[in-house]
Amino acid sequence: MTKHMSPAVRRYLKRLSCFMLVYVLVLFLAGYLFRHYPPQGVAAVALAILPALPVIGVIWTVFRLLVEETDEYMRMLFTRQALFATGFCLAVMTVWEFLQNYDVVSHDTHGFGTTFVWFVGLGLGALFNARALTRSEP
Amino acid sequence: MNNRLKVLRAERSWSQQDLADRLGVSRQSVNAIETGRYDPSLPLAFGIADVFSLPIEAIFVRD
Repeated sequence: MTKHMSPAVRRYLKRLSCFMLVYVLVLFLAGYLFRHYPPQGVAAVALAILPALPVIGVIWTVFRLLVEETDEYMRMLFTRQALFATGFCLAVMTVWEFLQNYDVVSHDTHGFGTTFVWFVGLGLGALFNARALTRSEP
Repeated sequence: MNNRLKVLRAERSWSQQDLADRLGVSRQSVNAIETGRYDPSLPLAFGIADVFSLPIEAIFVRD
């Protein structure tokens, strides 16, 4: 399967795996420390921000793929996927925030924020790409 | 934009993967161009012309 992957996609998958692994580890570490040894002040801010860093790394990884992919058709598909995710995320969050503004839904998002919705959009965009790639196959 | 990629490939008994390897792109790209779902950039179109040793206008034709 990896034989026909471009070097850019291979780098993307490697980076993605690393950031996701770090994310899981940091998330559990931060949760454990906040429960058992709650930090104060600047330390609390730093520890709270820590799990966000690998997520930012994942976002960087996605956009880096758009820069590094040399196959123009695949780059077009990845760009379309990222644009779809952005539009999807903006639409969902706009609706969600109006629902919150009028107290129709809870203000508690249970930890699922904008980035999560963007990744859902990225997944949906990947489905559209898969459909485009399988269409007119010989 | 229409193109004669499939015919030119068949004349040389090249698979889509063979052409993709010669162009340095994915097989999916060749398939998308061949089936008219994607119009290549000018540099890629010149690359295709070089591979077939033909002028661009002998490969790509307007609708």
